[in-house]
Amino acid sequence: MITAERKPLEEILTLIEPCDRILLVGCNECVTVCAAGGRKEVALLSSALQMARMKEGRTLDVTELTLERQCDPEYVEELVTSIDRGDAVLSMACGCGVQEVARRFKEKPVFPAVNTKFMGASERQGVWAERCQGCGDCLLGLTGGICPIARCSKRLLNGPCGGSSSGKCEINPDVDCAWQLIWDRLKALGLESRYEDIAPPKDWRTSRDGGPRRIIREDLAS
Amino acid sequence: MKTESRLEKVLASGNLAVTSECGPPRGSVPEKVKEKAEMLRGVVDGINVTDNQTAVVRMSSLSACILIAQMGLDPILQMVTRDRNRLAMQSDILGAYAHGIHTMLCLSGDHPQFGDHPMAANVYDLDSIQLIQTVRTMRDEGKFQGGDDILNPPKMFIGAAANPFADPFELRVARLAKKAKAGVDFIQTQCIYNLDKFETWMSGVRDRGLHEQVSILAGITPMKSAGMAKYMKNRVPGMDVPDEVVKRLSGVPKEKQAEEGIKMAVEDMQRLKEMEGVRGFHIMAIEWEQKVPEIVERAGLLPRPEA
Repeated sequence: MITAERKPLEEILTLIEPCDRILLVGCNECVTVCAAGGRKEVALLSSALQMARMKEGRTLDVTELTLERQCDPEYVEELVTSIDRGDAVLSMACGCGVQEVARRFKEKPVFPAVNTKFMGASERQGVWAERCQGCGDCLLGLTGGICPIARCSKRLLNGPCGGSSSGKCEINPDVDCAWQLIWDRLKALGLESRYEDIAPPKDWRTSRDGGPRRIIREDLAS
Repeated sequence: MKTESRLEKVLASGNLAVTSECGPPRGSVPEKVKEKAEMLRGVVDGINVTDNQTAVVRMSSLSACILIAQMGLDPILQMVTRDRNRLAMQSDILGAYAHGIHTMLCLSGDHPQFGDHPMAANVYDLDSIQLIQTVRTMRDEGKFQGGDDILNPPKMFIGAAANPFADPFELRVARLAKKAKAGVDFIQTQCIYNLDKFETWMSGVRDRGLHEQVSILAGITPMKSAGMAKYMKNRVPGMDVPDEVVKRLSGVPKEKQAEEGIKMAVEDMQRLKEMEGVRGFHIMAIEWEQKVPEIVERAGLLPRPEA
């Protein structure tokens, strides 16, 4: 999923400073799963903002709404009937959702209430970790199902570097060395011999280095 | 001979080689480079010039190398893949060769988090092994990594680092094998304090005949004090400093610890000289370059052979 974390309240207050009325819009997908911008977080942020405003001796009119998927024009369209209830939209979706709302409602300011972090997985209750950088040319089949691009701090394709220590990365003892994980997994799979195949320089064009990316499926495109 | 590198010639002659290093200044001060390099004249076969070491901005390795080459000395161009992409690195290699630089060291480099610009993007377009391959392809096939022909291809004697003490230990020989396969000519190792562990690694290296494919220069860093030994033991990732080293240094009075550190380095070198597969030494006397001549002399490695 795409993970996110709510921005500090102060920063959000600064963003919406000129507004007396806002449309606070959550998303029912990834940000709900990572507890950053779902219905529950919309309600919490709504009260926090109103209380903060009251302390300043001002009021804030908040209309709360949570869309099924804020990155999908079909669902964003549902905002049409309520868009005028805010001077601005405050979105709790990931950056994709914020941009979809901005694209649909060209004359309405849209502010992000969360920082979009990474594509990751839940490690345990309340902990999410990065797993994929969407490089566009998946290597997981060669690296034992562990991604060196997302999980090695240097994204080395022929690691580990000299900073690997007791299975941890040199940048922080809380960070696993991806290449230790890859090696352990290759061993478990009986694929050690694969380690010495030199991974050639990566073609980063399939990643963001090649410019903004699109997928066009002729069989589905209208 | 693949190149005109002095280091290659010394190694080919069968002599033990000696290299040392010089960290460029944090400013446009050519005198500093020259001062440090001058101390090493006649003492070493190549002077590594670090490339934004520990991810801290310094004068570029290439420019400091040019200054050193102009003094008639033999710089070794260190190149980390952290700061520049494959275009920038290949163009610098062309420039280095055009200035009479014949030896390189290919590294991935410390993560920017350790440096003075932790906010910087880390490039890592290539890793160290891919850089070795790139430099070899430039030299032996006369082609850029992208496949086009090079006009007067640069002939670099290619080095890389190896850390026999990092984890997982069982991969350390295999990773050297990958560097050998990629085309590395010589290796400078991490500073060696745990000679027993180094011997274990060396024996794994010999089992695969890698010592015959690449020339291994043993890394030596003299300890200046017991405090430095403790710091290296506890704070520097990938460093293996046995308790005995700290104990021995702590056992002598503070003002004699530096001399004891030099003595220990020389003793280690004597033992390493006898180890099959050790083809020389890389002496990293950090901000202590003036001690290198004494260490080389006491290790019985002077005068340096003509090349």
